[in-house]
Amino acid sequence: MNTRKLRDIIGTNLMRIATLFISLLFFLILVLLIYRSTLVLETHSITDVLFSSIWNPDNGQFGLSAVIIDTILVTGIALLVAIPISLLSAIYIVEYAPLRLRRTIRPFIDVLAGVPSVVYGLCAFLFLAPFVKDFVAPWFGVQSTGLCIFSAAIILSIMVFPIIISLCIESFDAIPISLKEASLSIGATKWETIKKVIFRAAAPSVIAAILLGFGRAFGETIAVNMVIGGTIRIPSTIFNPGETLASLIASKYGELMSIPLHESALMLVALILFIVVLLFYFLGFLLLRRAKKRWNY
Amino acid sequence: MNKRTIEENIFKILMIISLCIVLGSLVLIFGLVIVNGASSLTLEMITQTPALTPVGSTPGGGILNAIVGSLLLALPATGFASLIGISIALFLQTDFLRPAVSNAIRFMLDVLWGIPSIIYGIFCLMIMIYIGMSSSLIVGMIALTMLEIPIITRCMDESIKMVPIGLREGSYSLGSTKFETAVRVVRRQAFPGILAGILLGLGRGIGDAASILFTAGFSDHIPTSIFDSTAALPTMIYNLYSTPLGQSKAFAAAFILLAIVLVISVLSRLLTRRFKKHIIK
Amino acid sequence: MESYQIETKNLNVYYHKNHVLKNIDIKIPAKQLTAVIGPSGCGKTTLLKSFNRLLEIQEEIKIEGQILVDGENILDRKESEIPDIRKKMGLLSQKPYPLPMSIRDNVAYGLRIHSNKNKDEIEKTVENCLQEVGLWNEIKDRLNDPASRLSVGQQQRLCLARAIAVQPEVILCDEPTSALDPIAAQQIEKLLLKLKKDFTVILVTHTLRQAKRVADYVIFLYFGRVAEQGPAVEFFNNPKSPETKAYLAGEIS
Repeated sequence: MNTRKLRDIIGTNLMRIATLFISLLFFLILVLLIYRSTLVLETHSITDVLFSSIWNPDNGQFGLSAVIIDTILVTGIALLVAIPISLLSAIYIVEYAPLRLRRTIRPFIDVLAGVPSVVYGLCAFLFLAPFVKDFVAPWFGVQSTGLCIFSAAIILSIMVFPIIISLCIESFDAIPISLKEASLSIGATKWETIKKVIFRAAAPSVIAAILLGFGRAFGETIAVNMVIGGTIRIPSTIFNPGETLASLIASKYGELMSIPLHESALMLVALILFIVVLLFYFLGFLLLRRAKKRWNY
Repeated sequence: MNKRTIEENIFKILMIISLCIVLGSLVLIFGLVIVNGASSLTLEMITQTPALTPVGSTPGGGILNAIVGSLLLALPATGFASLIGISIALFLQTDFLRPAVSNAIRFMLDVLWGIPSIIYGIFCLMIMIYIGMSSSLIVGMIALTMLEIPIITRCMDESIKMVPIGLREGSYSLGSTKFETAVRVVRRQAFPGILAGILLGLGRGIGDAASILFTAGFSDHIPTSIFDSTAALPTMIYNLYSTPLGQSKAFAAAFILLAIVLVISVLSRLLTRRFKKHIIK
Repeated sequence: MESYQIETKNLNVYYHKNHVLKNIDIKIPAKQLTAVIGPSGCGKTTLLKSFNRLLEIQEEIKIEGQILVDGENILDRKESEIPDIRKKMGLLSQKPYPLPMSIRDNVAYGLRIHSNKNKDEIEKTVENCLQEVGLWNEIKDRLNDPASRLSVGQQQRLCLARAIAVQPEVILCDEPTSALDPIAAQQIEKLLLKLKKDFTVILVTHTLRQAKRVADYVIFLYFGRVAEQGPAVEFFNNPKSPETKAYLAGEIS
């Protein structure tokens, strides 16, 4: 066997092994999470865990409903703020901004995307939280330490901006200019063209961008953990402290690691995170495929 | 001025406000870190490890342990992840597998990219305990490698995808095998994108706290072996942010992290532009 | 005496500092088919898109001179009035670009923006336009399907229907048959001949034979300059400029 063929076979097999490894990793993680969650599920039914709000591991109570509600609030508010701001910014950058402005803004957005979560958390803890405590909460007539659901949601929305913006910019850029010309030549204004033509053509990618942003917001552990206050109780206002599914794991892992039952509960939480992200990505994948078939852009 | 123009103008204003919010938050974050970090960034801070001080007084010393720890964790991890990543990406692209299988693997990679990084920490922690190791440099490195593989692979995958199929066919018709085409033709054409992917992975790896929180441990000293626990910049920030006395160290660490992110971003642009000259459109 | 719908005076267009159109002085007669011909890359499309001010959506374009439509210089008008200028001119591109919506919505697109017609009137107009382009019988029970499902030839006719729905005065055609098979191309040519009774048609084409088949008036652009213009009969039988003679003889293409 000559060296060329030998090299070919070794090289191909190395690639094969690498690919196999990563596929296995996916299933290994999933299986491990499932396996470790079974312990807590033997003694607690899944409905108990999901719908009870009492979290008291020493008493054997692992109710997650408060945490789930907090997660929905934090993620929901973050997306509610981030989606319109990101979409409008992206449209402006692609369609209205002068060329020079567009070129200088792109790198800024990329840098924003690269800032580590801890840094966001640090700034939120030391500046956003006091701001909420001294100005925002009192404006709503609520007392708060500033370490609350609202602060977590706001810092999350800032983290999500660059994800949605850069994906939207990519998809708006990908629309052929002749499509815009087709609309403009009928006498539509630029804004009407954006509303009726560009958005429609880019809709699947925009939705994929939003799903990706959702995934980030939903799974963000560290930054949320640093400003959300760490209390497990059903909140009465968004200025109450709380805990999301992701931040719970970071908060409690140290204390609960040693007792298998408690650790199992946290594994269940991690499993929930994994499955939710998996489902949303699958949803995005289906949407994109269906949209591509229908409009083929 | 008719109704259509009024609507357009209203939205134009909203768009500009939105953009200002986005840019403003970026400026705010950078400003806060720079202002607070610059004052803590003395020579002592970056050249010394934390000093033992009596309880209650301001901790002295610096964050050298975290700086070295971060580099020791992230650089090898990125190296391994890149090697594995390029193998996977080339394999997926060079017609070895049926498209359905390739796309399924891509989907799995996307999910692995999207899950919270703490899951990698937990996974490695489980294995670590099972084998009987303790939190150390090597476990942290492994966790970071796993974290970075999906990111680097997908980025490389996307840039290789843009290699025109005609190039590959040309190579095959000259008698090259699939492997050779992968390595010679495809890699060169996609080089800028590949580089960008590696830098992206590196940036993520250096800044991530959740995956190394339980796996790399923490230490006041620079690690001397891969089985030592080690500090890192993100974990240092996470541990010190709420203590008033530790905040100067936290901001110094944050400053360095942001500087690294900026350098990576600038490097990525420069290198991409430089290598784009050689590729064929 | 013919009336001229469009006139240009000393029109110069620069794209990225390239002088693409040089001192263009032309007259386009109303309600006739004017063919703009010339070798590729000579600025034919640029000239066409300057008529409905579509050039300006690209960066780094500079336009000097006058473009008179019905005697009025459209380059003087403000930006907010451009959509109304464009409404007067329909555009048919090289590759058909149906909008990402149903067939009905494609044709109704312009109607819904510009007029206040109610649902029934819009339906009627959509049907009329589709009849005009000969598409009605083929798709009358498929109006809600996405336009992208039509064949390329059908899509092009749809784009034509979409353009005439807003009752323009001019139809600008940028090599509309180059992406079509011969049968579909023939259908479009027949349509243009029919439409020139009601609209001024300006057809950019790079095939001489097509120009010979359909043109009433010809403008020959050679590297950004007007080499010759005039009624088709004179142009093809009695060319005056040397470039025209060379082009007609097939020496340059």
